[in-house]
Amino acid sequence: MKIHEYQAKAILAQYGVPVPRGEVARSVEEVERAAKDIGGTVVIKAQIHAGGRGKGGGVKLAKNANEAVEIAKKMLGMRLITPQTGPEGRVVQRVLVEQTVPIEREFYLGIVLDRAQGKPVFMASAAGGMEIEEIAAKNPELILKEAIEPGIGLAPFQARKLAYGIGFPAESAPAAVKAMIALARAYEAIDASLAEINPFILSADHKVFALDAKINLDDNALFRHKNLIELRDLHEEDPLEVEASRFGLNYIKLDGNVGCMVNGAGLAMATMDIIKHAGGNPANFLDVGGGANEEQIRNAFRILITDRSVRAVLINIFGGILRCDVLAAGVVAAAKELKVSVPVVVRMEGTNVEMGRKILTDSGLNFTVADGMKDAAEKVVRLAQ
Amino acid sequence: MSILVGRETRLLVQGFTGREATFHSEQCLAYGTNIVGGVVPGKGGTMHLGLPVFDTVHEAVCATGANASIVFVPPAFAADAIMEAADAGIPLVVAITEGIPVLDMVKVWHYLQTRKTRLIGPNCPGIISPGKCKVGIMPGHIHKEGNVGVVSRSGTLTYEAVDQLTRRGIGQSTCIGIGGDPIIGTSFVDAVRLFNEDPDTDAIVLIGEIGGNAEELAAAYIKDNVKKPVVSFIAGQTAPPGRRMGHAGAIISGGSGKASDKIQALEAAGVIVCASPAEIGDRVKAVL
Repeated sequence: MKIHEYQAKAILAQYGVPVPRGEVARSVEEVERAAKDIGGTVVIKAQIHAGGRGKGGGVKLAKNANEAVEIAKKMLGMRLITPQTGPEGRVVQRVLVEQTVPIEREFYLGIVLDRAQGKPVFMASAAGGMEIEEIAAKNPELILKEAIEPGIGLAPFQARKLAYGIGFPAESAPAAVKAMIALARAYEAIDASLAEINPFILSADHKVFALDAKINLDDNALFRHKNLIELRDLHEEDPLEVEASRFGLNYIKLDGNVGCMVNGAGLAMATMDIIKHAGGNPANFLDVGGGANEEQIRNAFRILITDRSVRAVLINIFGGILRCDVLAAGVVAAAKELKVSVPVVVRMEGTNVEMGRKILTDSGLNFTVADGMKDAAEKVVRLAQ
Repeated sequence: MSILVGRETRLLVQGFTGREATFHSEQCLAYGTNIVGGVVPGKGGTMHLGLPVFDTVHEAVCATGANASIVFVPPAFAADAIMEAADAGIPLVVAITEGIPVLDMVKVWHYLQTRKTRLIGPNCPGIISPGKCKVGIMPGHIHKEGNVGVVSRSGTLTYEAVDQLTRRGIGQSTCIGIGGDPIIGTSFVDAVRLFNEDPDTDAIVLIGEIGGNAEELAAAYIKDNVKKPVVSFIAGQTAPPGRRMGHAGAIISGGSGKASDKIQALEAAGVIVCASPAEIGDRVKAVL
C-alpha cells in the first residue's frame, strides 16, 4: 500500500526523524491558515502517489500567505501529470504546506528488502535529490549499503559508517546517525516494504531534515496495523481496481482490448504474455485465485465488462481438482445475469472437462471453447479485432 | 527417482483441522502420501481423518517419527509454525500459506540459517514426486512419473507446464513450487542444484516470473555447473513496471526484475527460453 508524503513524514517524525514543520490542507482556506501559522516563505507540495511532482508543477514556493492562496487555487483540483503518473495524471486533492529550510547539502537515505540476503538493506548516498535508480545506473559507487540484522536493527556503528561515508561533517553526523536509526526503527515497526528520504538534507545551520519522504507498506502485514489501513487513499487508485479488491480479486487495468480472467497469478501473467504473442493486447491482469468459485467468477466478469475498451474476453482456468461442469455453470449464469455481449473464449482444464464444454456450447451464449492456451489466445485475439 | 519427497516421507500437517488443510490432506492421502498426523494447539489427543492430532510439533515428531511437515496455518501465525517445525528438527517444511508478512519471513529465514531444516515456500503449491508422494495442493492426476524436474515460482502455471509434459508422455521426477513471495526458503539455485545432482533427472524445467533476480542467479549457477538441458519460461513479459502482479514478489521495481533481463541471462547460460507458455512441452520433448 502506498501512502502520501505528509503521512510518511508524520510517521517518521513519530519515530524521531526531524521533518520540517508542515500541515496538510484540503482547501484554499486551509492553505491560507497553514501558511499564516507557519509564517515566512512556505513550500506547497501536491500530495499524489507519484514522484516527479516538481517537474509537473506540483511543488511551488510562496513568500507569504497571499501567494500561498494564489498557488493553492491553481494546485488544488488540478490534474497533475508527472513522468510517473502516465498521460492521464492525478487530480490533486490535498497539498502539504511546509516551512522552507535553507539547504546546505542533499543526501539520499532508503531501505529496501534484499531478497537474496533475506533482510532489509539500508542505502545512503551523497547524491541526494537524484532517483536512486539513476545513481545506481550511473555511479553505483556513490551508494553505501548496510544490511539490517533481524532483531538488532541498524546498529549505531553501521549508521556512523554510512553518515561519515557519505560525507556528513563531524558536527552534524550525530544528528544524521540518530535519524538513520530512527528510519530503520520506523521501517520495522510499521512493516514497510520501502522507505525513502530523498532528499535528506543538511541545513545551512547544521541541522538535518527529511525534506521528502516515501513509504510503501507491506499489504500482508496490514492486519496488525489497523491505524495504518486508514491512510489508504482510494482517490489514488483506479476505481475498477478498488472495486476488485473489495471482492478479493487481484485486478490491474492495462491498455489493451482483450479482457482476461485467470486463476493464479503466474498463469494470469502467462495468459497476458500469450495474448501479446498472438498479436493482441491484454486489457487487464485478473487473478480470481487458485480456487475460482462461482461468486468470484461473477464479480470478475462484472469488473471486466465495466472496462469499455474490452472487445473480447478470455477465461483461462486450470482447475486441476476444480470441477469444470460447476465452473461452466457459474460462467453461464454470470454471463446471463450480467448480459455479457462481447465474445468470450473459454479454456478450462480440470475434472469433468467434457461436461463443462457441453454446458458452455449449449448455453446459446457467445462462447467459444478453446483447446489449450495457444488456441485460446489465437481465438480471442481474432475475435477482439 | 525424485528429490526431497518420496516413499520414505512421513508427513505431518500443521493446522490439520482447518478447511483447506482437511481437503488437501484427504487429497494427499488419496495420492498415497504417508501422513502420520497433525498439529493443532489445543486439539492434542483428538483424531482427525483417522490420524492423531498433537498440541505441539515436538510431541508429534516424538510420537510419529515425522520427517516432513506441510503448513496450512493462517498468515499471522505461519512464521511461528515454520520455526516450530524447524525447532522440532523436521528436515523438510513446506509452507503453503499465502500472505505472511515479509518481515516475519526475514526472521524465519535467519532462524533457519542455523538449523538443518529446508523450507519450501511460503505461498507455494508444494512439492510432488509423481507416483510416490504429494506434499501440496497441486492436482495429482496431471502428473506422471518420469525424468524431468520442474521448478517454478507459480502454482497454476506449473500445472499448465506439467500438463503439457504429461500429454506428450513426458514424466516428472519431482515438481517443486518454490513460491511467489519475495523471501522464500528454497531458491531456484537450490532446486536446480538438487535436480542436477539427481541421477534420475535428465532435464530441468524452470518457470520464473518478474521481480527480484532469482532467475539471474540461477542462470549464473547453470552456466557454471549444469550440463543437463534446461528449458524455461518467464511470466510477465507484458507486465507494467511498479505494479504487483498478484504474487507479493512479482513486481518490477526501479527498473530491476524485468522479464527481458531474466530471459537474456538464462539464454546466455545456454537455457532454452520459450517465448510462449504453450511451447514448454514441445521444447522439453525436443531436448530429451
